[in-house]
Parts: sequence; structure tokens; C-alpha cells
Amino acid sequence: MSLITDKLVVLNLDSPDRHAATRVLAQTLADEGRVTDLDGFLADVRKREEQMPTGLPGGIGIPHARSAHVTEPSLVFGRATQGIDWGAEDGPATLIFLIAAPEGGGDDHLKILAALARRLMRTEFRESLMNAADATAVVDIVTREVVNP
Amino acid sequence: MKFVGVTSCPTGIAHTYMAAEGLEQAARAAGHEIEVETQGSAGLEPLNPETIAAADAVIFAVGVPVRDRARFAGKPLIEADVKKAISDGPGLIAQAVAAAEEASANPEKFAAAQAAAPAGRSGGLASKVDSGAPVGTRIRQWLMTGVSYMIPFVAAGGILIALGFMVAQLAGGKDGAIVVTKLYALTGPPKPNPTHIINIVTDFNPADGMHWAALLFLVGAAAFAFLVPILSGFIAFAIADRPGLAPGIVGGAIASTMGAGFLGGIATGFIGGFAALWISRWRVPKGVRGIMPVVVIPLLSTLITGAALVLILGRPLKALSDGLASGLSGLSGSNLVILGVILGLMMGFDLGGPVNKVAYTFATTGLVAAGTSTNAPALKIMAAVMAAGMVAPLGMALATTVRPRLFSEAERENGQAAWLLGASFISEGAIPFAAADPWRVILSSMSGSAITGGLVMLFGNTLRAPHGGLWVTPLIGSPLLYILAIAIGTVVTAAVVVTLKTAGPGPVKTELDQTEAAVAA
Repeated sequence: MSLITDKLVVLNLDSPDRHAATRVLAQTLADEGRVTDLDGFLADVRKREEQMPTGLPGGIGIPHARSAHVTEPSLVFGRATQGIDWGAEDGPATLIFLIAAPEGGGDDHLKILAALARRLMRTEFRESLMNAADATAVVDIVTREVVNP
Repeated sequence: MKFVGVTSCPTGIAHTYMAAEGLEQAARAAGHEIEVETQGSAGLEPLNPETIAAADAVIFAVGVPVRDRARFAGKPLIEADVKKAISDGPGLIAQAVAAAEEASANPEKFAAAQAAAPAGRSGGLASKVDSGAPVGTRIRQWLMTGVSYMIPFVAAGGILIALGFMVAQLAGGKDGAIVVTKLYALTGPPKPNPTHIINIVTDFNPADGMHWAALLFLVGAAAFAFLVPILSGFIAFAIADRPGLAPGIVGGAIASTMGAGFLGGIATGFIGGFAALWISRWRVPKGVRGIMPVVVIPLLSTLITGAALVLILGRPLKALSDGLASGLSGLSGSNLVILGVILGLMMGFDLGGPVNKVAYTFATTGLVAAGTSTNAPALKIMAAVMAAGMVAPLGMALATTVRPRLFSEAERENGQAAWLLGASFISEGAIPFAAADPWRVILSSMSGSAITGGLVMLFGNTLRAPHGGLWVTPLIGSPLLYILAIAIGTVVTAAVVVTLKTAGPGPVKTELDQTEAAVAA
């Protein structure tokens, strides 16, 4: 299965805070059977978030965890036009990437996540996601840039 | 400029790679080169050591400690949180440029700052040396670093050899412990093969107990061959950090081959360490700087150390051995008890070094000449030499048992193994103690060994085996008195070392514990 599908894209994320937003994004993973225990997975993400918020300059949030409740490496993309505070110094995040990796996942999958993380540093990549018209466009961009570069 | 970087983060799936990307983009934009090692979860591809050597500076953008940090020792270093590389890669690159420029503009100041920094704080090889400490303290810390790395070789080699003797005695009878050292090898057999050497690599027979004994003995002997090189190498490492390793280890190996013993190894450790330190502080043109750590420093410091040993120490060592040997021969007809005391002093002095070796060779040569005689003086001399050689490790074992607080953690553990090594006539079991605190330990070892040597002569014990310790008891004349003589010497050695260490300056032991803690960290 692929890293991201159009079911794992939330283009109108309007949660009040990052924990609520993470839950909305993680719910899509639970619906798709990629996360077996939603609350357990959220606890793992929150543990990482409490070490240090994963908000990054440029309006990015990357909540993530390696968790035993994850069945396969997945990316959920969320776009929050009004912004959600993710702990970054320069303001709220508009592009949220929830990264879910299984505990002890295979090397290939982790390499894909590594490639994704590298792409997040590229302005063109972020802008194309910001401007994507619909979920299918988001999936196409990620697949083209990260999965089959 | 050329940089190398390491990125890491707690989860190892996101920030690590974003930080690497951030550094790479920033370096490229500023016209520099960088290679980044991502210590994340997607498999580790370590940086090529040559790339590290060629780098002008190192950037750590990390959320968890850098793995194998010591690889980067001696480089200008910028260390920051992993997020810094994501939010401000250009800033980190600019800092690295500044650090590299400062280090190359003022190499002496940089080298001094490097020496002051604790080496390898997390992971990698470590030593605990305070550059601000008094010279005496630093010397002990250098010695102790060497000893800490040597102890595993003493324990592994010594116990394997002792087990080899044990198995040999079970499988080969009373001569087993002698045969096991003579008849088996990892190469050969030579042609012609008059002594019927058996190559246990090609002819190993699992049903033959002696072959197992030989396997244990040969592996143990291989481990023992590293004692002096490792001691020397890590003394040099403590002095000069990584550049010290090559001259130290090579110098120690030559000292070992020349029979210069652990004292020779301490000498090569110091020579190698200071040679490397001196060369690494040379002010060299920028073009040469890249090849300093990989070519110039190891090449010159190793040559200096090896040449100093061979050309300067070689002749006096040989003269010392020859002088002692002829002195001993001159004593042959005289009072045996006095000869026993002198042999004991020699055995206890350098524990396998040149002086010890002269006494031992004197005894084994006599053994050959004595042939089948049952009461020749040569058999008594052999008995005295072996007994005296067992005293130092047994005495240290006893001292660590009765006064554990005087010894560091590693010394106490080594003390446990020293019981077995001493009982097996493996004097090297005491080397870690002697190398860490030479004069106190050597003085106590000589006292006890001398008394045991004299007593064995007094009791008239005989021995027709050149080694084996208690595992050749069937070949010892009056074994109970023999053991009594060893026990008395052991108690004397332990008493003297405890007295000297109690009276000595207090902080020694604490320093040793700190050194060991730093090395273990």
C-alpha cells in the first residue's frame, strides 16, 4: 500500500489546537485500518510532542511517532488555512504532516519517510502542497516527489 | 570549504533528515561542500574517514548524542540543536566557516583548546585527563588510561592460558602443562619436524583433550601478545588523543618483541604520545593540513617511536640483560638462599620484562642442563623462580580482597582474576596494578618475591617444569612447603602494598576510579 492515499488528506483542518488537529488526522488512519488503537497512537505522538513541539519555521507541523499501533508507514496531510499553533516561534502552522511509522518498520519504508522529511525542507514542495486543488493532487505530488522520485 | 555534519533526533524519522537537508541546502547556497551523516532510523551510512579528515569543520545538529563521536576529534566543531539546522541552516554554516577560519589562523590556540576539552564525551574511545592538573596527576591519568584498556586482555589471555594448563593436566597427566606449550602451534609443522609439532588448525581432533588445552593456551597467548601494545597505545592515546594510537601501539609491539616488558611499553607510550602531540601542533601550510591526521602524524610519530626504541633503548636493554645474566652465572656456586632472594627480586621487578626474563631464562637454561638428575641445584633454582613469579599477582589478589577500598573498581575485578593467574605462574596478572602505580606495586612485589625465592631455597624444593604454577604440582618436590613459601611471600607483598598505598597520597584511587568511569562512559 502507498504512503498516502486521498483518504489521508484533510484540506480543511479547522481544529482549535494541535492535539485536536492531530486527532482529526489520526482518525483517518484508524478509519483506513492503518492504526489499530487510536488513543494508544495519539499517546505516542503526544509523548514525542511533549519532548519538544514539532512545529517548524515556515508554517509547518510534523507530529510523528514510531508506534506499535501503526500497521504500515503512513503520511496524513492536513491543510489549516487559518493556522494552528504548533509551537514554532514564527507563528502557527498551515501545513501539517502526521507521520506514522510502525515500531521496528522495514528499512525501505523508513527510507521513504526520510525522503519525505527532506522534501519538507524544499519551498517548491511546500508551495505545491499549499496550492493543491484537491486530495488527488496532494497524493500525486507526494507520490511523484517522495515515493517514486 | 569542506564540512561534515551529523544530524539526529529522538524519533529518528523526521528532524534528522530535515536537518541534513537544511545543512546541505545552506552549504550549497554559500558555495561550500558538506556531507551529512544522518543518525536516524533509515539505516546509518557512516561518513568516510577520509572525508572527515579532509573537512575544515564539523557541525553536529543533534537531538540525541552523536554516535562514535571520537571520529571527529581534533576538528573545529559547531554543536547545535537539531532544530537549528532546520530553521537556520545558513547560520550554522556561517558559524562553521568562522570556526574553521579561526582554527587555521591560530592553530596553537586551537590545539590547546582541543587538549583542554574532554575527549569523546559520548561514545567512542575515552580517557580522563585534566590538562590543568599537576604533572604527577596527569602522568597517573595517562598510565591509568592505558591500564584500563589493557585489563580485558590480561583477564582474557591469563584465564585462557590458566584453563589451558588445567585441561592439559587433566588430559595429559603430570607433564601435560609442559607439553601443551611446546607441541602445538597455529602454523607449520616445520620441515623437518623433529619435535613433532602439531598444527591444531589443520589437525584439530575434538576427541583429544590436549588439543582443546592447546587451543585454550594458544588463544590466550595471542591475547597476551597485546598486553604491552595496548598499554602503550592507550597511554599515547591519553596524551595525544587518536593520533597517539598508531605510534603507541606499534612502539608497544616492538617493545614486546624486544622483550622490554611493560616498562618498555610505558616508555613507548610516552614517546609515541608526545611525538604525536608535538607533530600535530606543527604549523603547516593549508594544503598539507588535510593529510596531517591520516598520513603525516602517524608516519612520523611511528617512525620516531620505533626508531627511538630500537636505536636508543635497544643496546642498553641488551647490555642490561647480558650483565644480569653473567652476574647470575657468577653467583651459581654461592649460597643458594642468597641466589633465591636475588632471583626473587628480579622476578618481582618487571613482571615479564627484561630483568624478569633474565632470571627466568637462567632457570630454564639450567633445567635443560640438569637433564634427569633429581637433586641438582638447577631444579631448586627453577622452583625458586616459579614460586617468586607467582607471588606478585597473588599478592595483588590478596590485597584487593582484604583492602578493597584502596583499589579502583577495575583493579578489584582484575584482582579476582589475579588469583587464578598467580596460581598458574602468570606474573602478567600483576601488570595492571604495576602500570597504574609503579613504584609502590613493584616495591611490594619485589619484597614478597624475594622472601619466597629465599624460602624455596631454604626448604630445598625442586621443580622440573619450566612453568605451569600449581598445575604442575606433581613435578614439585615437597609441594606443601612450596605452597607455604608462596603463601608467605603473598602475604608480605599484600602487606607492603597495603601499607604503601595507605600511607601514600590519598587521591590516587579516586583519580583511578574517575579515569575508569570516563573510559567506560
